[in-house]
Amino acid sequence: MQSIDTTGTFLLPPQGSTMAADVDALFYFIYYVSVFFFALIVGLIILFTIKYKRRGKPGLTSGPTHSRPLEIIWTVIPTILVLIMFGWGFKDFIRLQVMPHESYEINVTARQWQWDIIYAEGVTSVNELVVPVGRPVKLLMSSRDVIHSFYIPSFRVKMDVLPNRYTNLWFEATRVGEFPLTCSEYCGQQHSLMRGTVRVLTEEDFETWISENANLLENLVTLEEGGELIYNKFLCYSCHSVDGTAGNGPTWRGLFGTMERLEDGSEVLVDENYIRESILNPKSKIVAGYQPIMSTYQGTLKPEYIDAIIAYIKSLSN
Amino acid sequence: MNTIPEQNFLTAEKGLKSWLTTLDHKRIGILYLISITFFFFVGGLFALMIRLELMFPQDEFFIKLDDFNQVFTLHGVIMIFLVIIPSVPAVLGNFVLPLQLGAKDVAFPRLNLASWYLYMFGASFALFSIFTGGVDTGWTFYAPYSTTIDRSVISMTMAVFIIGFSSIFTGLNFIVTIHKLRAPGMTWFRMPLFAWSIYATGILQVVATPVIGITVVLLVLERLLGIGIFDPTMGGDPVLFQHFFWFYSHPAVYIMILPGMGIISETITAMAHKNIFGYKAIAYSSLGIAFTSFLVWGHHMFVSGQSEFAAMVFSFLTFFVAIPSAIKVFNWIATLYKGSISLDTPMLYTFSFLILFTIGGLTGLFLGTLSVNVTLSDTYFVVAHFHYVMMGGSIIAFLAGLHYWWPKIWGRMYNEKLAKIACGMVFVGFNVTFISQFLLGLKGMPRRYATFTSEFAQLNGFSSWGAFLLGAGLLLTAIYLIHAVYKGKPAGNNPWGALTLEWTTSSPPPHNNFEKSPTAHYGPYDFDKIVVESTLDD
Repeated sequence: MQSIDTTGTFLLPPQGSTMAADVDALFYFIYYVSVFFFALIVGLIILFTIKYKRRGKPGLTSGPTHSRPLEIIWTVIPTILVLIMFGWGFKDFIRLQVMPHESYEINVTARQWQWDIIYAEGVTSVNELVVPVGRPVKLLMSSRDVIHSFYIPSFRVKMDVLPNRYTNLWFEATRVGEFPLTCSEYCGQQHSLMRGTVRVLTEEDFETWISENANLLENLVTLEEGGELIYNKFLCYSCHSVDGTAGNGPTWRGLFGTMERLEDGSEVLVDENYIRESILNPKSKIVAGYQPIMSTYQGTLKPEYIDAIIAYIKSLSN
Repeated sequence: MNTIPEQNFLTAEKGLKSWLTTLDHKRIGILYLISITFFFFVGGLFALMIRLELMFPQDEFFIKLDDFNQVFTLHGVIMIFLVIIPSVPAVLGNFVLPLQLGAKDVAFPRLNLASWYLYMFGASFALFSIFTGGVDTGWTFYAPYSTTIDRSVISMTMAVFIIGFSSIFTGLNFIVTIHKLRAPGMTWFRMPLFAWSIYATGILQVVATPVIGITVVLLVLERLLGIGIFDPTMGGDPVLFQHFFWFYSHPAVYIMILPGMGIISETITAMAHKNIFGYKAIAYSSLGIAFTSFLVWGHHMFVSGQSEFAAMVFSFLTFFVAIPSAIKVFNWIATLYKGSISLDTPMLYTFSFLILFTIGGLTGLFLGTLSVNVTLSDTYFVVAHFHYVMMGGSIIAFLAGLHYWWPKIWGRMYNEKLAKIACGMVFVGFNVTFISQFLLGLKGMPRRYATFTSEFAQLNGFSSWGAFLLGAGLLLTAIYLIHAVYKGKPAGNNPWGALTLEWTTSSPPPHNNFEKSPTAHYGPYDFDKIVVESTLDD
């Protein structure tokens, strides 16, 4: 396991993608322009204050009240500078927006409060985006609930993730390593915990990782053991405890076989079908006293994973 | 020795009832001052709670996640809608504008009082919301989170709606006042630049504010009736909410900063005893900024999923807001040249403004640039930039104005030594707080984070210490300013030797502002033609 790459300069995080160096070059251009103008303005304030400090009673002052040449200069020069910033920034922005043809596609589904990363090979991971180095990767993103924003500082990429349409983002990682991944659009209670890691692997390691993760339950002995694995891997614990403590959702300890009271006053028996329905269509029967914040795991959890979770919940009632 | 005139607007009538039913623009300004100061300290308390939580990397060190999310929301809502938007126009605009124009009052005194009652009515909705479930949506109320979360969103957005009307009425009142009530001799180009900035602000208030009203009404209807305009589960579009919201909230940034710029034009000329450099450029750039500010709202949404073409247009136009702002700064600096520069407190705040607003403006260049914006948007870099403009710009200018006009309002001077110390504390505290946040944002810390990883610990610690110093400086300011109201040395009519009309009447001014109607015989900053001696005792 590598640790998070924390190199980088005093101002900026490490450069992990092909875009990073270009974005940073423009950043430093604006930075030095800003430093120059800041020094100029502060310098003039200090100079004038020293030179023209009031001594005794003030008399008439006679400085100029306008100067055509000066005013033209301080309008035209900043205008030229900002036009450079605009054009340069637009050029790189277009590169960020146009997806390369030969890219490797990964689906990203955001939900409160985690990232489901779904690969075409049938692999699903949560809060861990594993990608090959030196190959353009395209993310096809959507949200199950509110707006989130997918942000990898070291790659200089960010895109909002919306509930009613797909948004795209692409990058090409330039070095093997681990980089933080965050949600940058406020999305509720655990917004600041909606963090993950981008793991960049060599092409070989990536292929190995894909084949190893194609079926999580392959090497396990019992179904309930698999359920526990899914519980941890898909962060079910962020809302459901297994030791009886309260959370955003009902605890799984002793849950199976009980009667739960719903919002509308009716009661429902917690059996296999109720659990399955609550995973695939969570908002249909909300237990009284809880908020309808869970969104569907349809497409995220394979049927055999749901079987495993049911077995695990059953085991917690024995 | 200066004395306080027996007959003035403070002594004209007695009792609480006389204040609550007053039609005097000066007294209404003071009513606003008291209410806004109260909310400023409430909002500030929330800010300190944020900084206390973020002082250490432990999760839930001071408050729970849910509470943190409410606290930053309330800090934002209170500071924006209840403090900064009304601060300069409603307090100083109310008090100073009619005096500067040589008028007896604003054009519609009753409407003026009604504005204050609307403000208080709206503010009570905000308080109601805090005590009945609170809000944790952020001050931006983004859908679909705000349309689905089970909290007091409706009462908070209604507060915004009602206070919006207060803002519209104030703007309308000032526009008419400026058109109709200028003293004889006061042509448009003899008007003080503060009045110009209040005029430009008034236009923004009247034209832009209805849009936030419509937006929050749609939000309320969405929550109550499920009309399906923003919520995607009902076929709505959450990005549409962002367009509506920023169509108001970007011009609102200029509702907040333009009056501050007006104050700086007054203080820098008076304290440097120098005619303003480029009067017309400053006056027109206020109108230019006001107009352009309607065309740049999309720069808040470069990564929201709006079209690339729209992003290009918004980025391009955004840079054209930068130019008039830069011109203003250059004009103020050029005004200092060959002046007679006093370093009394109003000038120290003016210099603070120039430095902080310049940083705020320059960091805006990074955010206006498309490719750089992609990585910086929604991080602490934005938080810091925004605070440099709103606090370092608007609030510092408001403080400059308060220190400048305080002796006119009360007839008494504050303790200059304490004032300078407090100004230093505010300046240093502010910079420590927010320079740390620029660095946090550059390193990739998103905004609205209740917890963070250890790499951000050190800078967050710095930021918190800065905030405590800033808070202490502001508390000290409140103490010596209140002290001055009762115990300050009488200041005389014109402590700064300034030339605008408000300084020709007594301090505090009489109920009708002037003993006899004034005439503007010269321009507001003709320090190259006349000298008026300061009435301040040495």
